[in-house]
Formats: sequence, C-alpha cells, structure tokens
Amino acid sequence: MTDSHPTAGDANGASPGPIGTAGAPGALADSPPPETWELRLYVAGETPRSAAALANLRRICEEHLAGQYSIEVIDLLERPQLARGEQIVAIPTLERRLPEPVRKIIGDLSNTERVLIGLDLRPER
Amino acid sequence: MAGLTHCPTGIDGLDKITDGGLPAGRTTLVAGGAGCGKTLLATEFLVRGVERGEAGVLLAFEETAEELAANVASLGWDLDRLQAEGKLVVDYVKVDREQIDMTGDYDLEALFIRLGLAIDEVGAKRVALDTLEVLFAALDDTARLRSELRRLFAWLKGKGVTSVITAESGGGSITRHGLEEYVADCVISLDHRVSDQMAVRRIRVVKLRGSTHATNEFPFVIGATGFSVVPVTSFGLEHPASTEAVPTGVAGLDAMLGRGGWFRGSVTMVSGESGTGKTTFAAAFADAACSRGQKCLYMAFEESAAQLARNMSSVGLRLDHWMDEGLLRVHANRPTELGLERHLTTVYEQVELHDPDVVVLDPVTDFTALGGGLDIKALLMRIVDYLKNRQVTAVFTSLNHPLGEDTALSSLIDNFVHLRMLENGAQRRRSLFIQKARGMAHSHHVRGFELSEDGIDILDAVAEAAP
Repeated sequence: MTDSHPTAGDANGASPGPIGTAGAPGALADSPPPETWELRLYVAGETPRSAAALANLRRICEEHLAGQYSIEVIDLLERPQLARGEQIVAIPTLERRLPEPVRKIIGDLSNTERVLIGLDLRPER
Repeated sequence: MAGLTHCPTGIDGLDKITDGGLPAGRTTLVAGGAGCGKTLLATEFLVRGVERGEAGVLLAFEETAEELAANVASLGWDLDRLQAEGKLVVDYVKVDREQIDMTGDYDLEALFIRLGLAIDEVGAKRVALDTLEVLFAALDDTARLRSELRRLFAWLKGKGVTSVITAESGGGSITRHGLEEYVADCVISLDHRVSDQMAVRRIRVVKLRGSTHATNEFPFVIGATGFSVVPVTSFGLEHPASTEAVPTGVAGLDAMLGRGGWFRGSVTMVSGESGTGKTTFAAAFADAACSRGQKCLYMAFEESAAQLARNMSSVGLRLDHWMDEGLLRVHANRPTELGLERHLTTVYEQVELHDPDVVVLDPVTDFTALGGGLDIKALLMRIVDYLKNRQVTAVFTSLNHPLGEDTALSSLIDNFVHLRMLENGAQRRRSLFIQKARGMAHSHHVRGFELSEDGIDILDAVAEAAP
C-alpha cells in the first residue's frame, strides 16, 4: 500500500522549522507562512533504483525542507491506474505536487543539485 | 517450427502486400516522415481490429484522445463510442520536457504498467504506440531509452498482442533512432513525396519475416474510409444501389434507357472506334451534370483541357464555362507519362480533392499503354470499386471496348454503349446501341445519331436488327 512519510512522524527529521543553509532559497522566505512540499515518489516494486531514489529524496528533504515536506511513495504495481492518471512513464519519478506548478523529476535522484533545481529549491544557474 | 501466422489487419490492400496481414502476436514497426499517415495507419489497424472482434489499445504520445477522435471522425470512425463500449482504450501519454527534469538512472516500467493495465481492461489483442519519437525528445539518455524500448518490444511479444509501433524516419536509416534493429518481424515504411507537383503516398514492406511479401513500393491513398493500398483486386459487392437516375446529357439516350439516365453510382462504358464520338458523349454527360449544378471531374488522357473545351464547343457544349464556374475540373495528362500506380493515385487524389458527383475517364484505353493487361484490369477494377463506393456516377470511354470480354470487369461495368460508323452506300453514318444497361428495360434498337452545334441528336431507328 501507499507508504506515507509525513515529516512529523519521521524519526530523522526532528529539527523544527526550515534549516537555513547557506544557499537557502529566497523563495522560501518570501512565501507566506509555512509552505508544505507535497512530494510523491512513483516506484514499481522494490528495486535497488527505487530504494536509492527514496533514500536520496529523504536526505535532500531533510537537508533543505525539514519539517515542511511529506513524501508519499506510490507503488504503481499496486495502483497502476495512477500511472495513467498522473502521466507517469518512467520509474522512479518524483512528483512535486505542491507547491504548484507540478514538476516531475525522473531518475534515481542521485544528483542532488539537479533535484534541488527541479524542485525549485535552488535557482537554475 | 511453424511459420508466423498473419493477423489480417482489415486495411484495404495492406493484407495483400503483406501476404495476409501483419505477423500475429508480434510487433510491426511503421516508419515514416511527418504527415505520411503513420497515425492513421495505427488508428485504422485498431478500428479494423474492433470490427473483427479484437479489442485494441492506443498509446498516443502526440495527440490527446479528443484530438485523435476528432481527426478520424470524418472517416466514419467513432473512437469515443468504441471506448465507451469497452472495445478500445486510448491513453494519451503526455511527456512534456518542460515539466520534466532528469537526474540519474531510470526505466520505463511505468509505461509498461500503463500499457498492461489498458490491455487488461479491454482484453486487447491489438496495440498501437504512436509515436515513440516523443520519448526521445522528452527523456535524456538515449542509450537507456533504446534498451528500454527493446525491452518493450520483447514485453509486447510476451503479451501475445499484435502491435504497431510508429517512428519517425530520418538520419539515413529507416527510423531516426534505429529502432528497426529491434523489430525482427515486420518493418513498413511510409512515404509522402511530391514529384511533378503531385503528392504521392507510398508504402513499402521493408521486412517481413517468413513471408514472400511484395517488395515493391505501392501507392496508397487516404480515402473516405481510411487507408487504401492501390494495386489490389480485392473489391467488394457492397456498393449501395441507387434508383436515382443521372441524365446522360443526351435526351435521346435518356429515352432509350427508359429511366431518364444512368443510375447514380453506376459506371458506363462508351466504346467505339476512333472518331465515332465517344468524347462527345462523355462531354455531354459532364455538361449535363454541371448544368444541374453538380461537380464533374473529367480525366482527359488524350487532350488538354483547352483542346477539349474548343472541340466540344463545336457541338454546343460550353465546357470552358463550367471550368470557370468551378463545377468542371479537367485533369489532363498522358498515362504514359506516369506509372500505372501513379495514375490510379491521381484519379483517387483528384476525386478526393474535387469531390465530384460525376467522373469521366476519357479514354481508359490509354491505360493499355502502361503495362500488361492484368495490371490494367486490376487498375480499372480499383477505380470502379472506389467510384461506386463513393456513389459517383462515372462514364468511361474506350476504343472498341477491349475489356468487354473480361467477365470480372464486365461485371463491374453497369452499362455498355457501343458507337459505330456504318457504311450505307456512299455515306458513313453514326449509330449506337445499348449493349447492356443494368437494371433498366432499355431499348435494343440500333439508332443513328448526328453531331451538330446543338449537340448529340439521336435519330429514329436506322435498323431493326438486334445487336
């Protein structure tokens, strides 16, 4: 079934509020109060690639969005109709559902920089 | 090991040139440039499948289900209804590079899952993917993509579905990304060329495992009912039979027929020796149609439009007037200048373009300059069949109807009128008789006729001798 990872219950993410890293995006500060990053990771069964993508995503979120994100892992083998409904073709796909607009990042999320850009957490240079 | 079985597509002509259809349970790659008919072929493959009780799935990468449905509605295909009836799934796969970032390794498992879901939903036997090029534009790592598509083809085979996959041609190979390497069973190439200011669509079976397929290029047309690959003699007898009479343009002939003209959708052969007035009869028929406000396509194979208009003005027919009005389109060319198939393509295309109520082919004899008798018959059969299906009323002229003995063709031609010059003492007089007029209690008399500034005048019977 759907594996939901709200940050509140995440053992790793205890620190309250956004972590102000050096390159913290201005967008976060400018936005009206606590913005929530609703993320979905689409996988197909348990594969090393999907596991890597989830681990990478969790790490990146903890470093940059602690306390402000939720990750929902969707296994398309169990919910195939979501592949059609959400226009997913590749695995793994990370979908930023909120804040809008919806963005998709395909791949194992191994390149942190690209993930941050894809999530609009870092301005593209 | 038994050879491949074929899956008859139901697409006009395609099954003939593929020796019975596409390889059943296998993948066929359809390659071609933009606008060459790939999407239509893929769609028709599915629509014809449904007609044969085989449900289908279309994974559309370029057009939404709504766009596709709108595009093919004019061909009489109701994709929405087929979907509502559970016989077809159209899944628009939107991969928009603008919304996608890439980082790291991936696979296309989600696409497989989508396809598998759609196949299971309707119990699909046929699958079409149109067109894979979109994935190459949207996703990084071409090597990964190619290996995933190779896996997809194998997966489709494992599913036991007969599939058609379209791809762009280009880059010096059959498909831009060399996908033909991965499709061992059947590769078809479509082409849309313009030569001599005429667009010609062609289809070629590049590869077809275990089959003695025809290797030539064949012209095809996208007609009122979909694809039609030309040099095929498969014709049906399902033409509508109208009782509406279309005047022949010659009052005396209308009277001889007893019904006031030819039946709509019928094909008439006016035959006779050189100089007997065949073209005049054809032109009178065209003139009459235009005077009723109908559209006429006149395929002239011996004369230019100007010559035809000038010559016919001497018998009171103002063809130039109808040309100016846009009701008459004279398409003049010499059959010898074109290949046989090109010729038929031209007829098709002119009909599609002009959408005429009546058509004249003057003369069909000239087709014999093009090739062997068998080809000509096949060609004429295709034309006749096509015109009948469109309920176009046609008049062909022919030198001494050389095709009269051919039973297959004769059965397709509804009416035969034969023109003669009879020597009577020192005079030669024109006469005609109706050899056949299907479904009409026509005159069996031989009648004389004269050509004057007022047109064709049928005289009283010159001889009571039956033909």
